[in-house]
Amino acid sequence: MAKVKGDIIIDIEKCKGCELCIEACPQDTLEQSRSVNTKGYLYIVKVQDNCTGCTNCALVCPDGAITVFRQSGKKKEQIAKITNVTGDLKVTVG
Amino acid sequence: MNEKKMTGDEHYETMIAEENICINENIVYDKPHDALYSTPMHYCPGCGHGVVHRLIAEVVEELGIIHDVIGVAPVGCSVLAYNYLNIDMSEAAHGRASAVATGIKRVLPDKYVFSYQGDGDLAAIGTGETIHTCNRGENILVIFINNGIYGMTGGQMAPTTLANMKSSTSPFGRDVQTMGYPLKITELVAQLPGTYYVTRQSVHKAVNVRKTKKAIMNGFLYQKENKGTCFIEVVSNCPSNWKMSPVESNKWLDENMLPFYPLGDIKIPSNSSKNNGE
Ligand code: SF4
Ligand code: SF4
Ligand code: SF4
Repeated sequence: MAKVKGDIIIDIEKCKGCELCIEACPQDTLEQSRSVNTKGYLYIVKVQDNCTGCTNCALVCPDGAITVFRQSGKKKEQIAKITNVTGDLKVTVG
Repeated sequence: MNEKKMTGDEHYETMIAEENICINENIVYDKPHDALYSTPMHYCPGCGHGVVHRLIAEVVEELGIIHDVIGVAPVGCSVLAYNYLNIDMSEAAHGRASAVATGIKRVLPDKYVFSYQGDGDLAAIGTGETIHTCNRGENILVIFINNGIYGMTGGQMAPTTLANMKSSTSPFGRDVQTMGYPLKITELVAQLPGTYYVTRQSVHKAVNVRKTKKAIMNGFLYQKENKGTCFIEVVSNCPSNWKMSPVESNKWLDENMLPFYPLGDIKIPSNSSKNNGE
């Protein structure tokens, strides 16, 4: 079975370093960083490229700091279609 | 992207190689942007309040009732809930949120009205208002965050504090002989004929967050049926006053709070298919 491919974006300025997302992630994708954000919290970073897009981390995050993405198309060829390259670049996704 | 001109095929391959799936079409979870302000919340790291606020905003957006919902904020840590929820909100005196919500609902019966209260607010100073609101069967939704402690004022013992649980005013643990037993107000109001839907949920794990969202959704939907008070308890944590890390506090909640405050529906409307109980 092909692995479901997901990804996340972490708003590190919103993160309060509570580590609940680390605990909730079944893939061990997340770790606490060694540097702090402007508020002084040790924010969260992605340390592995194995996210499945299950949304667990985002659901438990009290500060809504995580946005989760999941690859929708089954075939890679369907990610995007690029047309009219010499003129204005048009990208059709889907 | 590099500057050199590429043919269509080259562009195409670049996109595949990068495999950037962080595009709008692929979003499977994003926090609500309309019903929730982007302001950072003042809650302590790991506090369940943030999750429940977000769930309310998600439900309000999904039901499309952002202009038809009125919330009443309590006194306690969540006193500033109206700074985070971009909906009409009112503040109430300590413990009186359900009474204020009663007034709002009676004047504006077409609006979805809810109160958001902690245990120190709802189950201590506001016990009278809570019980009578439920007993009158006011057609509102009460969201009750129970972390067994007074969070805002420094972790004092609340009526909901577990037996033997340490707090700043019960440093040797709650002795039930002198301090009484923890109050299961949710079971108590479920006995009243005025309540229509009573459930207890939590937000300490992703699966529970999903269930709590469903419960809040039900709570709002049932208001249309005009059948009585909906009461949702959310067993939550208080890492700061429990003096634990957020991860430890959720573990403690699982091991200590949940055996005493078991999760699940306590009263569900008969012939309803919307229940999400365990
Ligand atoms: S979406 Fe799931 S797999 Fe990906 S980081 Fe979050 S919890 Fe881990
Ligand atoms: S749950 Fe949210 S606030 Fe907590 S560490 Fe993870 S991203 Fe940061
Ligand atoms: S004191 Fe407790 S309940 Fe209040 S915001 Fe902090 S963790 Fe949450």
